[in-house]
Amino acid sequence: MTVKPKHQRLVLILAATAAVAAAVLLAMWGLRDRAAYFYTPPEIASGKASVGQPVRLGGMVEQGSIQRLPDGVTIRFTVGDSNAHVPVVYRGIVPDLFREGSGVVAEGRLTRDGAFVADTILAKHDERYMPPELGNQAAEHKAAKTVER
Amino acid sequence: MIAEAGLAALWLAASLALLQLILAFAPASAGGGSAPVRSIAMVQGALTLFAMAMLMWVFARTDLSVLLVAENSHTAKPWLYKFAGAWGNHEGSMLLWVTILGVAGSALAMFSRRMDERTLTAALGAQGALALGFFAFLLFSSNPFTRLNPPALEGRGLNPLLQDPGLVFHPPTLYLGYVGLSVAFSLAVGALVTGRVDSALAKAIRPWVLGAWIFLTLGITAGSYWAYYELGWGGWWFWDPVENASLMPWLAATALLHSVNVLAARDSLRAWTVMLAMVAFSMSMVGTFLVRSGILTSVHAFAVDPRRGTFLLALLALYVGAAFVLFALRSGKLAEGPRFELVSREAALVGNNLLLTVILGIVFLGTLYPLFVEALTGTKLSVGAPYFDRVAGPLALILAVLVCVGPLLNWRRDSGERLKRLAVPALAGVTVLVIAFIVLPGAGLLSRVGLGVAAMLGIAAFLPLFGRRLRRTPLTTWAMVVAHFGVAVAIVGMAASTLLTKEVLIAARPGEQVSVGPWLIEFRSVTPTAGANWTALEAELRASSGGGVSVLKPQQRFYTSPPTETTEAAIETVPGGQLYTVLGKPAGDGRWQLRLWWKPLVTLIWLGGALIGLGGALALGGRTWRGFRKARQR
Repeated sequence: MTVKPKHQRLVLILAATAAVAAAVLLAMWGLRDRAAYFYTPPEIASGKASVGQPVRLGGMVEQGSIQRLPDGVTIRFTVGDSNAHVPVVYRGIVPDLFREGSGVVAEGRLTRDGAFVADTILAKHDERYMPPELGNQAAEHKAAKTVER
Repeated sequence: MIAEAGLAALWLAASLALLQLILAFAPASAGGGSAPVRSIAMVQGALTLFAMAMLMWVFARTDLSVLLVAENSHTAKPWLYKFAGAWGNHEGSMLLWVTILGVAGSALAMFSRRMDERTLTAALGAQGALALGFFAFLLFSSNPFTRLNPPALEGRGLNPLLQDPGLVFHPPTLYLGYVGLSVAFSLAVGALVTGRVDSALAKAIRPWVLGAWIFLTLGITAGSYWAYYELGWGGWWFWDPVENASLMPWLAATALLHSVNVLAARDSLRAWTVMLAMVAFSMSMVGTFLVRSGILTSVHAFAVDPRRGTFLLALLALYVGAAFVLFALRSGKLAEGPRFELVSREAALVGNNLLLTVILGIVFLGTLYPLFVEALTGTKLSVGAPYFDRVAGPLALILAVLVCVGPLLNWRRDSGERLKRLAVPALAGVTVLVIAFIVLPGAGLLSRVGLGVAAMLGIAAFLPLFGRRLRRTPLTTWAMVVAHFGVAVAIVGMAASTLLTKEVLIAARPGEQVSVGPWLIEFRSVTPTAGANWTALEAELRASSGGGVSVLKPQQRFYTSPPTETTEAAIETVPGGQLYTVLGKPAGDGRWQLRLWWKPLVTLIWLGGALIGLGGALALGGRTWRGFRKARQR
């Protein structure tokens, strides 16, 4: 099969366009059900996240909520504020800055009974390495406190 | 005085960049040759290098009257990190970026003697324009030499995650790759200005693309290994936006590397190659924007300042926009190159380029999608491995199959006769695939298919040597063989470590034994220990597997400045893979959390990356040697 020079350029342009279109379509298809949405405890409580979907949960680890299970490697804790609490189960080694009363982002899934099973726990690092979600929350928190005063 | 000297050098270099831009495009210089612009580019590069040296000097002395040093360094820091700490922060790392941009411009001015002079002048003008914008960024929003009055009594220290020998090599290597692509960008712009897009241009661009691509490959490989052992998560690629920021220029540069060969050898794919050269450096700038603007959070993103993000975004829009407007105006005037048939080396390389472009598009959209969605709707989401593996993974494997085919085809037209040689590799691939499906039912589909494809490519990579006299085979052919074989090796490592990794997470008392994979591990003790600027709890693990006993000492480290805890994994490398151990937290009753992984063949991932880089180095060496010999014969 021989292609005329003029046509060859056309074929190449069409192929390139098709490639870009294919990338966009594939990406849209993949992003539709594989993006993990970020929720706060009130949003989870109001049923915004569907069961079994990969999601990220962000908030403060509640005081006195961390519970170590007898196996020594599984912990339970709740993330939330005065209005909403989400119980989280995590099996693994928690990050160094994970502690009660500080910020956390948990990646995982919501189960049918309303608990959150985390695969990964990200904790607030020092001020300069904070996940932006938590940065905003901390700012809002501060703002709220100022208003209270 | 040192800081002021550095700052003065930066201002001077910035004014020279402006002069370089003006002279290159001023009508008066059209007939005057490239000599003045070249000299200016060389001096400009030398000045930026000087400024970088001054920054390293104030860091080495821990001069606490410089704000950047006070915020990121500490007198008690080991000397290696004082020195490399110069780029372990936003301002310093941008200065390193600009330094490499300036030095690349000087090198272009110095070494590109045998190319069209007008194109070179225009390219140096473009390089000056790039430098000017980034100098402005440094001087107006990220000045590394700002003084602190009165000086601090002590510095705040460097993020302990960065206190690793990796900091010495990883950023400069990656930046040489990122910014080395600027030369390809500038040459493409220059060629569009003069309209001379031909094989001579390709030959001028090629060493730059090759060089940048080698550094990118090695930088990504080293970065992957660094993240693997430093983070203590046992993973080697997280599809973190910052990692993608380095992968995107690599994908574009890989495509460019192949299309530039078509342009050099056959004078085809003119507009396409020029386009790719511009896309590749645009991706570098996108990466810089992602990492340096502060819109992402990671160890790479330092202090956040929204003005910087806006500035970088404006620069990005300006340069990419200008380049593509130029392309739109000029590319139609480029003459069509010689044609080729559907079964030919060119066509296979077009396939390679299209697949790489699609993969690039997928990574690009997946990386930027969360940012767009949040900017438009305020909804927060993240896109991770499930998306990238599922969408880009299969395409990468199709590309790997194409890599078996392309090198066997002739330029222009091919009867497909030599494709029969693929029978043996294909048979090997299918055999491995069948075994993988029998032995590992239900395991990851992508990884099992990956093993088969890698087996095929591992053999097929050597076919271009088949029937040749090995000692007379050009170095560039060897280069291709080594790089393609490296791809196969890396895929085996990725697939095998995904499929075969064994993981144990337990709480154990000293004296207990645990087994993971072929290893029997005795947990001996946890004892305190200390280093220059940290203290640690250190576990002693005795691991045995048939052969001798090895002792591993994973740590939980506590740094004092800034106060941070880090997990230091202990890794034992054996020919079959790696034993990866992490000490966790106390688990009550005298128990400690231990996380142990046996990762068969995982080392092949980085070995493959190193082979790919070696292939690039061989190609560059072969081309340089050939050019050198030709020059001498004249």
